[in-house]
Amino acid sequence: MPQRNVPLRKHKDEKERATRDGFGDALLSLGESDPRVIVLCADLAESTRTLAFKEKYPDRYIEVGVAEQNLAALASGFAAMGKVPFVASYAAFSPGRNYEQIRTTIALNRQKVIIAGMHAGISVGPDGATHQMLEDLGLMCMLPNMTVINPADALEARKATLAAAMHDGPVYLRFSRETSPNVTTERTPFVLGKANLLLDAAKPDVAIVATGTLVSQALIAAKALANDFAVTVLNVHTLKPLDIPGILKQAERAGAVVTVEEHQLRGGFGSAVAQCLGTFAPMPLELVGVSDRFGQSGTPSELLTEYGLSAAYIAAAARKAYHRKRDA
Amino acid sequence: MSVTDAQVLRIETMAAKIRASIIEMLVAAGSGHTAGPLGMADVFAAFYFHILNHNPKKPEWKDRDRLVLSNGHIVPVRYATMAHAGYFPVKELLTLRKFGSRLQGHPERTRLPGLETTSGPLGSGLSQAAGMAYAARMDNQKMRVYCFMSDGEQDAGNIWEAAMFVGANRLSNLTAIIDRNNIQINGMTESVMPLEPLRSKYQAFGWHVLDVDGHNIEAICDAVDEAKAIYEKPTVIIAHTIPGKGVSEIEFDYRWHGKPPSAQEAAVFLRELRSLRGKVRGEHE
Ligand SMILES: Cc1ncc(C[n+]2csc(CCOP(=O)(O)OP(=O)(O)O)c2C)c(N)n1
Ligand SMILES: [Mg+2]
Repeated sequence: MPQRNVPLRKHKDEKERATRDGFGDALLSLGESDPRVIVLCADLAESTRTLAFKEKYPDRYIEVGVAEQNLAALASGFAAMGKVPFVASYAAFSPGRNYEQIRTTIALNRQKVIIAGMHAGISVGPDGATHQMLEDLGLMCMLPNMTVINPADALEARKATLAAAMHDGPVYLRFSRETSPNVTTERTPFVLGKANLLLDAAKPDVAIVATGTLVSQALIAAKALANDFAVTVLNVHTLKPLDIPGILKQAERAGAVVTVEEHQLRGGFGSAVAQCLGTFAPMPLELVGVSDRFGQSGTPSELLTEYGLSAAYIAAAARKAYHRKRDA
Repeated sequence: MSVTDAQVLRIETMAAKIRASIIEMLVAAGSGHTAGPLGMADVFAAFYFHILNHNPKKPEWKDRDRLVLSNGHIVPVRYATMAHAGYFPVKELLTLRKFGSRLQGHPERTRLPGLETTSGPLGSGLSQAAGMAYAARMDNQKMRVYCFMSDGEQDAGNIWEAAMFVGANRLSNLTAIIDRNNIQINGMTESVMPLEPLRSKYQAFGWHVLDVDGHNIEAICDAVDEAKAIYEKPTVIIAHTIPGKGVSEIEFDYRWHGKPPSAQEAAVFLRELRSLRGKVRGEHE
C-alpha cells in the first residue's frame, strides 16, 4: 500500500514555501506596524526565519545564545513591561527544553509571549529523532491560558502569526521546516479557534479532520476516495481553543471521523477530538498520527510512509472508518 | 613524554583519514555539519588511537573509559573515528543520515554500540558524564569519563549547573574537553554571547583548566596525562581548534557550521586534505 506522497497541484506562479517562511513574512509586517513587537532568538536566526527581522530592526532583535530556558523567562520579563515578544527556536528545545519556564513564567503568569516552535514533526528528516518534535502540541495544549495554532501552509502561517500578535494572552505557534503545498489562498479567512472546511460534500460519509501541513495529504487522500464514498476535509488550525462546534457539525453530518496529525497520537490532536466525540457524539473514529515511537533519520517522504502519515494511510483509515460505520 | 614520535605520526595519519571520511560521508548524506567535525578530527584521533582505554570489538566492556559527546551535531567525526578504529566497517559511513542507518543525524545510543549516549540538543552531556563519574567513584571503578563539549554550547545554563556539581564533588575522574573554535550558528561566539574569560569561569567553579592547541597531538596527550595526575579537582581542557581544519575554504567560516559540501566542492577538498598529510604537524612545531 505505501505510496509516494504526491504533491498537490501548484498554481503556475506560486512557489512552494514552508510554514516557517510565512512566519518570517508576518514578523516583517509586524515590525512595521507594531513598535512593541520584539524578537528573541537562541542562535538560530536563519532557520527560524527571524534573520530578516534582525537585519531590518536590529534594535528589536535580542540574541540570547544557545539558552532556551533563558529565552522563555526573558520574554516573560519583556512582556511584563509591555513589549510583545516573539521567541523563536526549534520546537524540540522550545517548548522541549524550557517547558517549566513557559508553564510558570508565561502561561500561569499570563504574559503575552508568542512562542514559535520550528522544525516540528517528523518531516524534519535527516537530523533524526532528537530534532523531530512530536510532543509539543500535547505539552502546550495542556497548559491553561495557552492558545495553540498549527498552520497548514505558509499563507495560513502568516495569518496565524498576525492573529497571535493581536491575541490577548500567550500563544504557541507550530511550524515546519519542509515546504508544503498551499491548501488555502490569500482570501481564506483565518479566525482564531474556528476550523475551515476545505472540502465539502452534499452527503458526506466520512469527515477527515486534519491539522498542520498534513492537511495537504488529507486532501490528496480525499481525492483518491472520490469514487468510493463522499469525504469532507476540515482544516483545524487552532488546537486550543478547539473548535468543538465546528468539529461536531462535520462529524455528525458524516457519522464517521478520521483525525490527521504529525504528532504523537497520545495526548495530541486525535486525542482531543476523541475526547470531544466521546463526550458529545460517540461514533467510529480512526486516528492517523505517530503511534508511541520516536522518529529517525530519513527523507521526509520516507518518514511519512514509515510512520503511516501519508495520503495512502489517511485513505486507508477513512475506508476503515467508513466500513465500521456501515457494519455497525 | 607520554606519546612517542611514531605514535604521533600514526595518530596524524588517522586524523587525515578521518577528515577525508567526514567529507565523503557528508556528501553522501546531503546534509549535516562540516566545520565542527573537521576541527575536532585531531582530538578524536588522539583519543581513539592513544588515550582511551577501549576495545572496538567489545564496545560494552564494563571497564572501558566513557566518552560522552555532548555536542551531538559533530557526530560525523565520531562515526568516522570509530569506523577507522574498527567498531564497524568504514563503508557503513556512507549510510550517514539515511533511512534505516545506525548512523543517525544525531547520535543515538540505542542504535549503535559505543556511543554511550544520545545527544543533539546541546547542554546536557556534562551532567550525564558527571553522573557516570560519580557512580564510578561510588563503586571504586577505575575507568575515566571524558566529556566533549562545544563552545557555543557553553551558553546553556545546564552546562554551568553541571560544572558546579562536578567542581563541588571534586570529580577528578572526569575530564572535559571544550572545542574552542570560536564559531556557532549566528556568528562568532564572542559576538553571539561572549564566553571569555572562559578559563577563569571554570576556575571559579573549582576546575583545573588547561589550554591546548587542539591540532597538536602531543599537547593533547600531555594535557590528558596532566588531568589524570590531578586528584583534587576535575580538569577541563580548552582545545583551541580551527573550525573546518584542513580545508582552507571552510576554515574559520561559521557559515560552514551546518551545511555539507557539494560533490564538486568535495572533490577539491579531498585533494587538499590528501596533500596536507604529513604537513599538519609542521605548522605547530
Ligand atoms: C538545546 C539546543 N538549542 C539549539 C540547538 C541548535 N544548534 C545546533 S548546533 C548550534 C550551535 C552551537 O555552537 P557550536 O556547538 O559551538 O557550533 P560549531 O562550533 O560546531 O559550529 C545550535 C544553536 C541545539 N542543538 N540544541
Ligand atoms: Mg563552536
